[in-house]
Amino acid sequence: MLRLKNINTYYGKVHALKNVSLHLAEGEIVTLIGANGAGKTTILNTISGVTPAAGGELFFGKEAIIGHAADRVVSLGLSQVPEGRQVFKPLSVEDNLRLGAYLRYRRRESRADILRDMEQIFTLFPRLADRRRQLAGTMSGGEQQMLAIGRALMAKPRMLLLDEPSMGLAPLVVQEIFRVLQQLRREQGTTILLVEQNAKAALKLADRGYVLETGKVILEGAADELLENAEVKRAYLGKDKKEIWER
Amino acid sequence: MKKELLKFLLFSVLMLLVPLALHGSYLMNVLVFVGIHTMLAVALNLLLGYAGQISLGHAGFFGLGAYLSAILTTTFGFNPWLVMPLAAVVVGLIAFLVGFPILKLKGHYLAMATLGLGVIIYIIINETVDYTGGPSGLSGIPNLAVGTFVFNSDIRNYYLIWTAALAVILLAVNLTNSRVGRALRAIHDSEVAARVMGVNARLLKVQIFALSAIVSALAGSLYAHTMTFVSPASFGFNFSVELLTMVVIGGLGSIYGSFLGAALLTLLPEFLRSAQDFDIIIYGGVLMLMVMFMPGGLVRGVPELLKKMLGNRGGVGNA
Repeated sequence: MLRLKNINTYYGKVHALKNVSLHLAEGEIVTLIGANGAGKTTILNTISGVTPAAGGELFFGKEAIIGHAADRVVSLGLSQVPEGRQVFKPLSVEDNLRLGAYLRYRRRESRADILRDMEQIFTLFPRLADRRRQLAGTMSGGEQQMLAIGRALMAKPRMLLLDEPSMGLAPLVVQEIFRVLQQLRREQGTTILLVEQNAKAALKLADRGYVLETGKVILEGAADELLENAEVKRAYLGKDKKEIWER
Repeated sequence: MKKELLKFLLFSVLMLLVPLALHGSYLMNVLVFVGIHTMLAVALNLLLGYAGQISLGHAGFFGLGAYLSAILTTTFGFNPWLVMPLAAVVVGLIAFLVGFPILKLKGHYLAMATLGLGVIIYIIINETVDYTGGPSGLSGIPNLAVGTFVFNSDIRNYYLIWTAALAVILLAVNLTNSRVGRALRAIHDSEVAARVMGVNARLLKVQIFALSAIVSALAGSLYAHTMTFVSPASFGFNFSVELLTMVVIGGLGSIYGSFLGAALLTLLPEFLRSAQDFDIIIYGGVLMLMVMFMPGGLVRGVPELLKKMLGNRGGVGNA
């Protein structure tokens, strides 16, 4: 469904992604783990067109999307939940969700359809339903994260890019959010690329994973294998295996 | 949306009835200016209050509209009604083209760039003496007329200007309550998030900048034809700051707030005649006080203040 081959991305002169290659099959949940500054967010921004790649190949389905502006990528069915949630704080929950369907409104899709999808988001996250007219900025972090995911879903994406949905949230809320991600894959076959600091939770949810370090993929494999991998354990799961790491 | 329409109708009726009370008073003339300033403030508010992009050069667009109308009708004898949309389109086109590079900038840099744009327009108007008459201005601009009905009295101008102002308000209310309005507020809050929602932020910012310039140019044309005289002094940096003050005092992101701001800043000097030369100091002071004590502007600050006062008196309403 998504394929990156030898992608290179720069921030000015900083070489942020170095020959990154990865792929996702349809319906897969794949996670990217790595330390701060490893390039996880940059990969998502490169895919979504927010930070365009300088070179390489980038395919979504059969379409080459390298150099596509962000709005064109969304229109193809690839939506991003940006880092730090970035809900529109001065706008109501409903208006945030309507913005998620911005391109559908522009395509003059039936309003009844869009409203029905909004109700579906409220079924998915009942906590949002109680807060329809509340301003997004006045909600808790967990609720804002739910809104950010709901907003991305309003575009009816075939694939979702999630940037650290667990950031700063209570473990119970993280569980709830991850449960919804599983449900999305099961019921709608949504393909999910998940960037996480919480490597353990992410690897438990995902089918496969990629480990990133300083802009390069250093390890990839099935999620359960990565969970058992000594280097991953040492570096990202907080289990001390110093002698292996510093060999 | 129905509520918005009702609000608009109420406001329109109110504005159309005002002359009944003030007919013949010199205030009618001032209210013509309130109308022109309302158009300008609403235009700037779309850009600043909704899309979150500052402009310190809007007096320039206003001036371009005024001078295009003045020169083409006076020197070249074109029909004013034809020139008006032409001037608006030309100014809109200029804003559109300049907008692409300028609106890549953010914050202070955008403020500086738009300031520069305003200054450039001012200097061009001031220096191309052959066409604009330079610092001494251009006079003898014809009034607008329909057949033999000439808009040459305060009351006629009042209805002319306010018809245009109400049209601008209706346009702005519609725009801000639509998909586009939501997208503008989204860009204001987080441009990246707006982009990943599928909003073409770069284009939309330029489009709203151009729309804002078009409305300003239209206000300029109407100004030229009602005043029948234009001079560069009306379109300088000071006036850009005055417009900004109107928008902030009225309330960022509130269309009717822009009317309040425009009304206050147009009427105030009339009552403070003796302080005329110090007006810019007063604007500055008012702006500072507003930002400190009523950051939401009059439309939000005054109801809050009333609530507080009523609450202190033993409490009606706000429990």
